[in-house]
Amino acid sequence: MSDPLGGVAELRGALDDRRVSAVELVRAACARARALDLNAFTHLREEAALAEAEDSDARRARGEARSPLEGIPVALKDNVCQAGEPAQCASRILEGWKSPYDATAVARLRAAGAIVVGRTNMDEFAMGSSTENSVHGPARNPWDPECAPGGSSGGSAVAVAAGVVPAALGSDTGGSIRQPASFCGVVGMKPTYGRVSRYGLVAFASSLDQIGPFARTVEDATLVLEAIAGHDPCDATSIPEPAPALAGALSGDVSGLVIGLPREYFASDGADPEVLAAVRTAVAELEQAGAKTREVSLPHTPYAVATYYLVATAEASSNLARYDGVRYGRRAERVGDLLDMYRRTRSEGFGAEVKRRILLGTYVLSAGYYDAYYRKAQQVRTLLRRDFEEAFAACDVIATPTAPETAFRLGERAADPLRMYLSDVFTVSAPLAGIPALSVPCGFVDGLPVGLQLMGRALDEASLLRVADAYQRRSDWHERRPPEAA
Amino acid sequence: MSFEPVIGLEVHVHMKTASKMFCGCAVHYGGEPNHQVCPVCLALPGALPVPNREAIALAVRAGLAVGGEVHSRSVFARKNYFYPDLPKGYQISQFEEPVITGGGVEIEVDGEVRRIPLTRIHMEEDAGKSVHGEEEREDESHMDLNRAGTPLLEIVSEPELRSAAEASAYLRALRRILRYIDVSDADMEKGQLRCDVNLSLRPTGSDVLGTRTEVKNLNSFRYVEAAIEAEIQRQTGVLEEGGEIIQATMQFDPERRTTSVMRVKENADDYRYFPDPDLVPLALDAARIAEVRAALPELPAEKRARFEVEHGLSEYDARLLVATRPLADFFEAVTRAHGDAKTVANWIGRDVRGALKERERDLEETALTAPALSALLKLVDSGRVTPRSAREVLGVLMDEGGDPESLVGERGLEAVSDTGALEAAVDEVLAAHPDDVERFRAGEAKVLNFLMGQVMRRTGGKASPGLVREILARRLEG
Repeated sequence: MSDPLGGVAELRGALDDRRVSAVELVRAACARARALDLNAFTHLREEAALAEAEDSDARRARGEARSPLEGIPVALKDNVCQAGEPAQCASRILEGWKSPYDATAVARLRAAGAIVVGRTNMDEFAMGSSTENSVHGPARNPWDPECAPGGSSGGSAVAVAAGVVPAALGSDTGGSIRQPASFCGVVGMKPTYGRVSRYGLVAFASSLDQIGPFARTVEDATLVLEAIAGHDPCDATSIPEPAPALAGALSGDVSGLVIGLPREYFASDGADPEVLAAVRTAVAELEQAGAKTREVSLPHTPYAVATYYLVATAEASSNLARYDGVRYGRRAERVGDLLDMYRRTRSEGFGAEVKRRILLGTYVLSAGYYDAYYRKAQQVRTLLRRDFEEAFAACDVIATPTAPETAFRLGERAADPLRMYLSDVFTVSAPLAGIPALSVPCGFVDGLPVGLQLMGRALDEASLLRVADAYQRRSDWHERRPPEAA
Repeated sequence: MSFEPVIGLEVHVHMKTASKMFCGCAVHYGGEPNHQVCPVCLALPGALPVPNREAIALAVRAGLAVGGEVHSRSVFARKNYFYPDLPKGYQISQFEEPVITGGGVEIEVDGEVRRIPLTRIHMEEDAGKSVHGEEEREDESHMDLNRAGTPLLEIVSEPELRSAAEASAYLRALRRILRYIDVSDADMEKGQLRCDVNLSLRPTGSDVLGTRTEVKNLNSFRYVEAAIEAEIQRQTGVLEEGGEIIQATMQFDPERRTTSVMRVKENADDYRYFPDPDLVPLALDAARIAEVRAALPELPAEKRARFEVEHGLSEYDARLLVATRPLADFFEAVTRAHGDAKTVANWIGRDVRGALKERERDLEETALTAPALSALLKLVDSGRVTPRSAREVLGVLMDEGGDPESLVGERGLEAVSDTGALEAAVDEVLAAHPDDVERFRAGEAKVLNFLMGQVMRRTGGKASPGLVREILARRLEG
């Protein structure tokens, strides 16, 4: 088995010094992806990636490196489109479909010189918290292969945690980047809604979905975010502002910065006490570094999970209507009339969790229920947003556990959707409010990683990255390697 | 008991934009199937809609033209239903918050002018086209998605129409406005204007609404009228027999001129409308609305009023001339070249329109130009061409174009003003019709017209009418 790849900064140095070539990095990443038995990748594009790596090496040789990401191998969650590649979203219904176009985030990554080596496993259409709802079978947690890596972007988290690639893209709707980052011991960030274009991200819930980076360090995640962020005229919900320059935020200086600790997230019955303890220790470390802390309140937190599952399923029921077997993807064979074609195509093509959410979302939007559910959820969403506005009047960032627990065992929750939904309790509020949030490794419980979640004001990714980076400068959790990837 | 129909129309028109409502694909007709498509209008995974600014401006223009209220905030909503010609499984439309509400369209039926109020105007996208059982095999259906995403305006009238004639007048008036302001070509044959009719009956004089039915997808004025007549007849029959109208979607059979139930609406269709989360609410500030207003062309009613004042036309003439914008523009161009608006109005109102009707053409489809008509009318004014000959030249100018003066020469249509020749012709006519000469002399003055006609016929219409009248009078009295 080839060795794990280092971080972006390390690889960049090696590339600059000609100690390694992009071609060698791509080969190493693909070899490692194949050697590991974690089911993190659904597709490797080694040949195309090698050709691109040759071009990249040539550019570097001419002194024309495009960015700090030049020649760096990266992975894409299988719901982020790349021209000529599949984007199956771990669903039977998109079997055989290849995207004819690049997502904006992918086009920007490639324009920065990064080389996409493959596509990662996920929960079908990003619906799940364990990467078990996949037509390819579950991805495994490199810290314990019997445990889930979290989800839905589990494959990308695993690919980074196991050292296959230094960075990967995921998507976060209710925690799908942050929770697997927490479970796998890597950094994962969900930017402000509208910060990264959604063009080319296969939609789950349009008002919540955001593409974001996974990396082992905050510094690397920042490089990726800078590359993919910024206004895109192809996404009407894209924020009309250029990508922020974020490198300056990584100063290590958090003196005077106020960290809010929402009492609703630290309630003793809300999370594993050892997880809470690890998070409190991390916050204490930041206080040592000069940050201040204060308790804040986000009073509508108890309604967040219910609100999330109403909004997200409503949007999903409509977003997934296009998978009808008419134009692309899988169509059931030997069908009768039109209705039969729809029924069988969708019955055969979608997995149980996707069907459950389409049914729930259809119900939520139905005449007679719309006001009680969808409209009410939108109202609660406004209240949640106000909670954060008020809290941010008293603090600069909010710190909480990313998840109430460490990675759970594969299969443990598959039969209990409600319990699975509740594992999103700490991550659903940020997307509902549209604010940025990240998870950074902050310790271990019984050999499994714990994540510290930081949430910030809309558009203030810089403060989150500053705090998380300062924490990584004072901790070494991110330098530990999982046993499966040693 | 007698019944009174209550009719409202929902009209869909294609907006005249270069590209589709939510993507950059070109909008034009007759392209090779599925060649004007992209990831957005094919609803590929991950593709996102971006509203067409031009379409928004046209919607605002239409709203201003009918005196509606343009809302500073409106919301695109998804109308969810499955059909193979609907790529996303939902149509992006507007629902709770349309861009325009209110306004009205003035119609005239049997000399009575009424303003039909509008409920709303909103933007949406068209679906693709199904092609069933052609070429390959009968049991196959194919989709052409070139049309999918074409910008549409839906214009909904209040249920204030009372007859097929009113509905037809409303549609024509609406089409004229849309063409005037260049929002749509509104060509029904090309499917650029489609109409759904909502119709119910109630006892005459009652203000309680009956159960309504909807006749869908009528694509010609004749069908709209015929479908309304048929549906009124059907509902009247049901009610007179003591039956009950069932809320349903109807289809119209143009050959048998009958309506029949297509689908019974047990409950209202549930389209699960909700605001499209891919699109932010549409904000139109006062400056943007003012910009559209400033560019709004003169509307038919304004033009008519101006023609009456500026050109001294009768209301009747003015109304005829503003029927279409090309006709009104033509009138003004000819008047500028010729000088006498009244003469020009008479010629266009009577002869040009008559010739167009004969040819079943629109003015823009003929070769007739304003300078040519002006030159022709000047030849008539100077007596060099008789009105009758001028009408013949007019036909040539329409069909082939050319220079009126040369045409008159080539065709030998110069007015005959040779007194000797005319005197001979008059004498021949009088000799051939002694009885009529007697009757004239006995006091039947109108016989003169008959004799005039005979002389004109004998000269092939080229005789100068004034001269003929003069000679005839002299001979008859002498």
